[in-house]
Amino acid sequence: MDRRDFLRAIALTGAALTTIKESKAMSILTQSFQTNNSTTKYDLVAVMGGEPEEMFRKAIAEMGGIENFIKQGDKVCVKPNIGWAQPPEMGADTNPKLVAEIIKQCLKAGAKEVIVFDHPCDEWRKCYTNSGIEAAAKAAGAKVVPANEESYYKSISLPHGKKLKSAKIHEAIIGSDKWINVPCLKNHGGTQLTISMKNYMGIVWDRGYFHAHDLQQCIADICTYEKRPVLNVVDAYRIMKNNGPRGKSPSDVVIAKGLFMSQDIVAVDTAAANFFNQVREMPIEKVKHILNAQALGLGTMNLDELKIKRIKL
Amino acid sequence: MLKKIRVLFSIVLFSLITLYFLDFRGFLPQSFSFLADIQFIPALLAVNVGIIIILVALTLIFGRIYCSSVCPMGFFQDIVGWLSKKLIKKKRYTYSKAKPVLRWSVLAAVVITSLFGFTFLLGLLDPYGAYGRIATHLFRPIYLAGNNLLANIFNSFGNYSLYKVAIHGLSIFSTIIAIITLLGIGFLAWRNGRTYCNTICPVGTLLGFLSKFSFLKIQFKDENCNLCGLCAMKCKASCIDAKNKKIDYSRCVTCFNCIESCNRDAINYTTILQNKKRATETISHTHTHKETKSVDSSRRSFLSATLFSLVTGGTLLAQQTTNKLFPKKAFKRQTPVAPPGAISFDHLKEKCISCHLCVSKCPSHVIKPAFLEYGLDGMMQPHLYFDHGYCNYDCTVCGEVCPTGALKPLTVEEKHLTQMGQVQFIIENCIVYNDETSCGACSEVCPTQAVSMIPYKGALTIPYIDTSICIGCGGCESACPAIPYKAIYVEGLEIQGKASIKHEKQEQIEINDFGF
Repeated sequence: MDRRDFLRAIALTGAALTTIKESKAMSILTQSFQTNNSTTKYDLVAVMGGEPEEMFRKAIAEMGGIENFIKQGDKVCVKPNIGWAQPPEMGADTNPKLVAEIIKQCLKAGAKEVIVFDHPCDEWRKCYTNSGIEAAAKAAGAKVVPANEESYYKSISLPHGKKLKSAKIHEAIIGSDKWINVPCLKNHGGTQLTISMKNYMGIVWDRGYFHAHDLQQCIADICTYEKRPVLNVVDAYRIMKNNGPRGKSPSDVVIAKGLFMSQDIVAVDTAAANFFNQVREMPIEKVKHILNAQALGLGTMNLDELKIKRIKL
Repeated sequence: MLKKIRVLFSIVLFSLITLYFLDFRGFLPQSFSFLADIQFIPALLAVNVGIIIILVALTLIFGRIYCSSVCPMGFFQDIVGWLSKKLIKKKRYTYSKAKPVLRWSVLAAVVITSLFGFTFLLGLLDPYGAYGRIATHLFRPIYLAGNNLLANIFNSFGNYSLYKVAIHGLSIFSTIIAIITLLGIGFLAWRNGRTYCNTICPVGTLLGFLSKFSFLKIQFKDENCNLCGLCAMKCKASCIDAKNKKIDYSRCVTCFNCIESCNRDAINYTTILQNKKRATETISHTHTHKETKSVDSSRRSFLSATLFSLVTGGTLLAQQTTNKLFPKKAFKRQTPVAPPGAISFDHLKEKCISCHLCVSKCPSHVIKPAFLEYGLDGMMQPHLYFDHGYCNYDCTVCGEVCPTGALKPLTVEEKHLTQMGQVQFIIENCIVYNDETSCGACSEVCPTQAVSMIPYKGALTIPYIDTSICIGCGGCESACPAIPYKAIYVEGLEIQGKASIKHEKQEQIEINDFGF
């Protein structure tokens, strides 16, 4: 055994030991999801064939209504994907109609306030306006807050992260009682797909760190942040099938009219990835952060063991 | 009355153009860029014949009202002079000798250097450009800091109508020039009013010459005048020789302060027909006062040379040490990236007076003044840098606001095809290549997919570049997280090209199932 092999062996044993250790710690992570009435009929609801707001209404009804997740007086944060200064037709950002519907329902359920933000990749004012989300969210009664400056973010630690041990998260999430993750389903050049977990990158300040330190692991790591979204709602009304996440031209977009909802972020991303696979071949093994998140105990990729409601409109 | 109208008019124009430079939220609509378009040198460079004719005609009719009210540097000096009067109770102006040799030499130097394509001097001395730099590099950071302070307070009460903005140091050289201009012209204005306008300013010299022939002029009414000299004490242009009842019209900026000051109605603003005998002969230069200070150019070049050698020396030293520490490849942009619509470096250098309105207005903070990137003759002219962002694909602001035509206004479609530079990929620095982990930060932001991700090892994808469809927006360079050296960057083009973007057909895909 030369020195290199020896070192490798040591490293592997170390890694193995830490994994065992971590799997004990994982019991904290695999906590049961929080709801107000503690019973949801389904683990995951998938809807297709309708308009965004209509599909959301169907799905949330099957999940026991928004009241199951949002209490009277809650400060709610709705986090869509507003990453790009593109019009809604490009499917580069979450559908504004869906965002508006979620806000309305939260307010109807008695939420004290609903805050909407994202840390975009493009010039932020243009993203907020071109996406149509700022206008739609304000019209629905939400407060749209900026995320363009580091001072809007606060440091948190991620004891369960493998590569990412701490991050700066936007104060709107930190200060909220509940938050709802509302990504859109898109192709991504680096991570293959961007869905719910990848949408977490818009709540952090330093995205470059993710890219420089094993992106697919960092995405899974940030999802270990203790304040989980009470719901993940995946907008797959328009799917950007290639040249994502920004998109080049309307030919990148397919109107798929889908929506997926679950508290289990791994499950909802797995479901959405399977949906995407029908548009363009995308084996889930390629979307490494989903596998990494399952390994961290953040949810399950085994959809067969879940109660799923499928609705076609 | 005339003075009140003049002051009101000046306040409005000055406030608007200053606010236009500071405003980062679009309170003032884009169309307010006309405030820059009506400035003399910009109109001249943009060959804006209509505006030139109007300004010349106004001067021939009313005298130098451009200098009095339209030029922001002019009114800035009035503010300084007004403050000096508030603070120094017995402040009075006195008549001083004209300095025709200095004035015309400066103008000749500016014209000759500009004709030879060296517009740096023109840019340095043009009053609008100089004021633009003061607004951009000195007033704007203060405005932004004030905004941030207020935003902090508002935000802490849950009000987000104000938001914080980053304040970036743009260019040491241009900031120093702006400070020197502010202090230099400010000092002259504090002491003697409009000295800059009447000794150095090339526009002042030119319009001063024209105003000698203006139809309306400030003139003495001999019968009323008792030679008290009050008018001369109030003359910020120091152009009234009260003893001889003569006015140097080449220096008079028609501010009407003299008329306001006269108790005997002995000085008024009338047509030349009424007072023909008092034509503008050269005034006997009886007494002189206070020498005006010209800018010490040798000291300036010494300072800039020292600064340059310090900066480059330091960079070279730093490069030598870092090269030993890291085996990765440093990149050095050989050619700067000019803003969209600059057409070519030659065109930019010919037209740009470095007013930095594009720098102020760029919503993505990607334009900054050059130091020596374009060479000596392109100092302070705008170029793109990607430290804080990249040129937004659909944004055409810089060309729209540029008053001189140095940056051509582009339609969004034209902008999409304008190639400012071309992408370069250094695989040795790439995270995917080195760490074998996913990244794609560069391709993510690329609007034309000149940087696309192609299959690499296993599930990994690695950047692949196609320079023919690259527009040089710098998205990739700005996003690349590789340290210490970026793996992807944009090399500028001396003559901007056209990206050969192909349109793709939309394919119809029917989805009837969930897929799980």
